[in-house]
Amino acid sequence: MGENKKSIGKTIVGAIGAQKLIALLALVLIYVVFGLINPAFRSYPTLVSIFDASYYIGLMAIGVTFAITTGGIDLSIGTVLTCSALISGSLITKYNFPVWVGLVICVLIGALFGLMNGIMVSYMKLPPFIATLGTMMLSKGLGSIFTKAQSVAWPQSSVAEGWFRGIFKINVMINDKMVLIPTGFILLMVIAVVAAVVLNKTKPGRYIMALGSNDEATRLSGVNVAKWRTLAYIISGTLAGVAGLAYAAIYSTILPGAGGGFELDAIAGVVIGGTSMSGGYGTISGTLIGVFIMSVLKTGLPFIGLQTHYQQVATGIVLVFAVFMDVLNRRKKGQSTKRSSRPVKSIGKAGDSAEKTAKSE
Amino acid sequence: MGEVILTMKGIDKSFPGVHALKGVDLEVRKGEVLALMGENGAGKSTLMKVLTGIYSCDAGEITYEGRTVEFQNPKEAQDAGIAIVHQELNMMNHLTVAQNIFIGREFMNGKIIDDKKMREEAGKLFEKLNIYIDPAETMSNLTVGKQQMCEIAKAISKDVKLIVFDEPSAALTETEIAELFKIIRDLRERQLGIVYISHRMDEIKVITDRVTVMRDGEYVGTLITEQCTKDDIINMMVGRTIYETPKEKSNVPADAPVVLKVENLNAGNMVQDISFELRKGEILGFSGLMGAGRTETARALFGADKKESGSVYVNGQQVTISSPQDAIAVGIGYLSEDRKRYGLVLDKTVAENNSMSTLERFCRGLFINRQQEEETAQEYVDKLKTKTPTVLTKVISLSGGNQQKVVIGKWLTRDCDILIFDEPTRGIDVGAKSEIYHLMNELVKQGKSIIMISSEMTEILRMSDRIIVMCEGRKTGDIAIEDASSEKIMYAATLRNE
Repeated sequence: MGENKKSIGKTIVGAIGAQKLIALLALVLIYVVFGLINPAFRSYPTLVSIFDASYYIGLMAIGVTFAITTGGIDLSIGTVLTCSALISGSLITKYNFPVWVGLVICVLIGALFGLMNGIMVSYMKLPPFIATLGTMMLSKGLGSIFTKAQSVAWPQSSVAEGWFRGIFKINVMINDKMVLIPTGFILLMVIAVVAAVVLNKTKPGRYIMALGSNDEATRLSGVNVAKWRTLAYIISGTLAGVAGLAYAAIYSTILPGAGGGFELDAIAGVVIGGTSMSGGYGTISGTLIGVFIMSVLKTGLPFIGLQTHYQQVATGIVLVFAVFMDVLNRRKKGQSTKRSSRPVKSIGKAGDSAEKTAKSE
Repeated sequence: MGEVILTMKGIDKSFPGVHALKGVDLEVRKGEVLALMGENGAGKSTLMKVLTGIYSCDAGEITYEGRTVEFQNPKEAQDAGIAIVHQELNMMNHLTVAQNIFIGREFMNGKIIDDKKMREEAGKLFEKLNIYIDPAETMSNLTVGKQQMCEIAKAISKDVKLIVFDEPSAALTETEIAELFKIIRDLRERQLGIVYISHRMDEIKVITDRVTVMRDGEYVGTLITEQCTKDDIINMMVGRTIYETPKEKSNVPADAPVVLKVENLNAGNMVQDISFELRKGEILGFSGLMGAGRTETARALFGADKKESGSVYVNGQQVTISSPQDAIAVGIGYLSEDRKRYGLVLDKTVAENNSMSTLERFCRGLFINRQQEEETAQEYVDKLKTKTPTVLTKVISLSGGNQQKVVIGKWLTRDCDILIFDEPTRGIDVGAKSEIYHLMNELVKQGKSIIMISSEMTEILRMSDRIIVMCEGRKTGDIAIEDASSEKIMYAATLRNE
């Protein structure tokens, strides 16, 4: 009986992934602890503000999961978010573009930066860290230049043009009471499901995982790895553009200096969720769990009398702890802690010759 | 020649599935250069790894300087005065020559590293070797030959008594080799024991005193270099006994059409002016020693590496192949020698690997039809008798032979007519080996054509209908199976361009 139980436990861990499971438990634990310390935390408005804090980071994190799954990174998403929101926002407010055009442009700007990153990484063969670092600085500067270093206030919800805010948050009268409906949460979930389907069930997702795991073997199978890698960066950039919308809808003004550092929150979310930094394996549900851990901490810490700065400390601890548990788990299983696709050195009769060929290559 | 410094007796070593060393003997004397020769996979490097403590041996005895030793790790062997100069250089390219030589045992001045002293000491070492290298130079600025001199300097800086050279000349130019030989002679003068591993017959005659030959993990014999000919050594290397019966005559009908024609293929130093034809239903063997350029030729043909010039015709039509996609489109599949690195995505499933080059066939729009994908994978698992729990098992957990079958399945799913097998049975145990052979024979019977690169003489003679031999990037032989013998092949494989 006991053994049976154990094996069921193992199957669950195997199916969900140890790290994701740890992250999920941590999320529940943190929520429950905050709720016990301060009952006010359990209220509906608090839940909505937890959601509010998760949209833009969540969208960025879903996008960057794709870049990370290829074995790369996208550092530019934070400033691309600001840049697209600044440019499209000022097109709406200063140049009187229709709001819907502004929204489309916001997403397109993100996609363009993604394309740029993709080309630099896949075709110009720049290291992803360097390429996206360059885009990060570039997009930060461009946004400021376009608005002449002014902040941009997207239309408020009180005016007609402010309708777009309803995409993420809407007030509805139910039984003579104003109720906040977190529509953004629904949108985030829809995008997450689509992303998960793309990553796990479609050809592009398959190739992105395969090339992240073993780029050369995938190429030698006749797969156009440059194309699919580029697509991963386009997805990352596009969702950063959508995150720009979310940010504009939730917060009243966008400052040219904002956005720097958002990318690290998003990447932390991805890593906490169990996506491998060395590529080959990505999980969207894990990423969402990671993001919610961070927004629960961000929203919840003031409820137990701690300043938001503690959020950074707490996130850091969760991040290191979650990854460390994964490393431990893997070490126990005797797997490589690096999760690398490099093969174990072949031994035996081939040992003699294998090394020599390795050299000749 | 002086007294015996090293005796290895009855050294036995097994790896899972492979009996790498079978009671090997070796004797090295002070003040001699002993050549250690044998075909690829004969066990030379494994023997040296046992000596230097990288591997432990299962049975046998090592006597060094009169006492029985068993080195647990490379450091113990080094401390006892045994050094090995590897073929691949282990240098920190950004550090200076002196810093490289004294890495791990820096001269200190209190807590500060004494770079000046290290440069002086390195200078003295080079003086001893009668060569000039600036100890303050950055390692990456030196030629490969000079870097190797630094390896040697590093070795002798540790009061070494026995030094092993593992194919030291492979990457050197003629002048650098001359310089290397001068140093080796000098070391011999100083009564060091020297083991020299090389494939180059001419060098063996020039620099060594005795030759010990190994074959298939066994000790074959030792000759005095002066008293033997090149043919004597070759005969000992290939041996008279061939365990598997070679093919007697070609199975390809005389009128079989040419499916692949390669003309004047050039790609770097390793592929120079290679031309050959492959006929329908033929197994064309590519033989040669390590570094002969066979893999490079295959990769250039397949579009995996850039080629400089050359034409390729498939079924009489000229084709342009500049990427693996192009090659696959005209029906060429490539099974890499290093399947773990280039053939498989190890942490993906059998089914995912099976459909890696045919995924669009299993797609409805953007979506992958997993059921169909898995059914097809299952079909090839059954056909190839791949031993895997399910098609959803990750390939990393399969054995070498079964991994190879997954790669074969991938190309069969793609229905490629021309298959390049690069070392198809490397690291595969005997049983699985004959299954792979059987499969290859089945494939050509069905009208597919195979290029088989192999470093195993018995494999070449057993499988091929015709044999191309390469040496140092050039084609040095094109032998019909009816005329082929291991001596002939080995002769062509060592035909260096003087």
